[in-house]
Formats: sequence, C-alpha cells, structure tokens
Amino acid sequence: MKDKPEPHRKPRVKPHESDLAEARLRQQAIGVRLRHIFDEVVNEPVPDEFLSILKRADDRNRGGA
Amino acid sequence: MNDRTPARPTEDDNAFKQGLVQLIPHLRAFARTLTGDPTAADDLAQDAMMKAWDARASFQLGTNMKAWTFMILRNQFYSDKRRSWRQTQLDQEAAERTLVAVDDPSAPLALDELRRALNTLPDEQREALVLVGAGGFAYEEAASICGCAVGTVKSRVSRARRALQASLDSGAYGADGRAAGEAMSSILAEADRLSGAR
Repeated sequence: MKDKPEPHRKPRVKPHESDLAEARLRQQAIGVRLRHIFDEVVNEPVPDEFLSILKRADDRNRGGA
Repeated sequence: MNDRTPARPTEDDNAFKQGLVQLIPHLRAFARTLTGDPTAADDLAQDAMMKAWDARASFQLGTNMKAWTFMILRNQFYSDKRRSWRQTQLDQEAAERTLVAVDDPSAPLALDELRRALNTLPDEQREALVLVGAGGFAYEEAASICGCAVGTVKSRVSRARRALQASLDSGAYGADGRAAGEAMSSILAEADRLSGAR
C-alpha cells in the first residue's frame, strides 16, 4: 500500500518559464481589452433621456409637497 | 405639523442626485456588459437609476455609492431575467445594434472578439470578472455587490479568465477556416449593406 496515493491527474510537467510568461502576457492583454470595452461605454455621452427622467422625478419630489 | 415633509433636507437629495448623475456612465457600462445589447442595457441602467433614486432615503451617505448602485442594477438585471426579458441568445436585431454601436472604425477587431467571448460566459462569471477587472472594485466589494463569499468571487474571476482565454484561442479561425478578422470584416460589410439600403 502506498502511503501517499497520487491523484489521477495529467502527468505533472513543469511548465517552462517562457510559457508562464506568455500566459501572463495573454491574461494582461485580455485585462486591457476588457477595461477598454468597459471604458468605451463609460466615455460615451450619456443619452439625454437619463437626465430628463431623473429631473422629472426630482421635480415631482419638490413640487409634490 | 406636516407628515409629508420629506424626512431628509433637500440638500441631501441634491448631493445624492449629483452623485447619481456621476455614476450614470458606469451604470451604463456595467449594464452593457451584463446584457450585451446597448438598447436593453440603457433600459436596465435607467431602471436601476430610478430604483436608486426612489431608495435614496435608505442610502447611507459616506458609504460606497457606486457599489450600492451596482448592486441595485445587478438585482434588477436578475429579476428582469427571471421574467425572461433577456433571451438566452442575442437575437439578430440586437446583434446588428451591437455592431452598429461599434462605430469607431479604428477599434481593433480583437475587442469584438472579446465582446463575443464575454457574452458566452455564465452570468456569474461575467459579472465577477467585469466588476473586478474593469469596474475597479476590490474582491470584497464585488462579493457584497453579488451577495456571495469573497472566495466565490475569486474562483469565478479565475474561471472567467480561463474560459475567455480558451474561447479566444479556439476562435482564431471561423468555422469556414477564414481568419476571424476576415469573417468579422464580412459581417461588418453585410451590416453596412443592410443599413445602406435606406
């Protein structure tokens, strides 16, 4: 009986430094693009509708007394 | 004595309104990543904005208003979704609007590739990744927005990252063997042709 059973997983191949670096770079690239996609919308002009809806609600709030 | 006098002075309402207005761009961006469709996203963001306004009395001044509004938007998204407002797949019309929304001709095609890959992620993974990776929230804040444990957010983010990577790797070529960029150009040309019919 083995005292330490090996879990059945793919053979442990030590990843090369360069592979790790490449994986990191690719994740960074995804991160940059993700922020770009998000910021693209943040930087869009806000449609007037948003402000007019909020203004109407605020006017009701003030004038409703 | 008038019972209808608002419980809070109007100055508080003004400060709240100002804060809310500043958050609109962020709410729109979060909604866009959740729904994947610009029109549905703005409907969602407007609903969330008004829910936040109506609930302003329950907001604790000085706490994180961005996280609070994002939580409202997220709850709205899921309750709308339970009413089957969002189709599982983007319909053709929505897909076209999404293409039209990308009106910057210099925008790299890689962004569209990532947009599509994002849309294939499970909602929980997508929201976790967007909150942490683009929304500027710490894991703890994202956890309170999503109403789950910090560890859950961490594992969702890392699964999302792996899934995106895999999706981008396998999506380098379209089904017909053409490069994805080429496929995208032909989709854009087709959208152009359709909208040019006017």
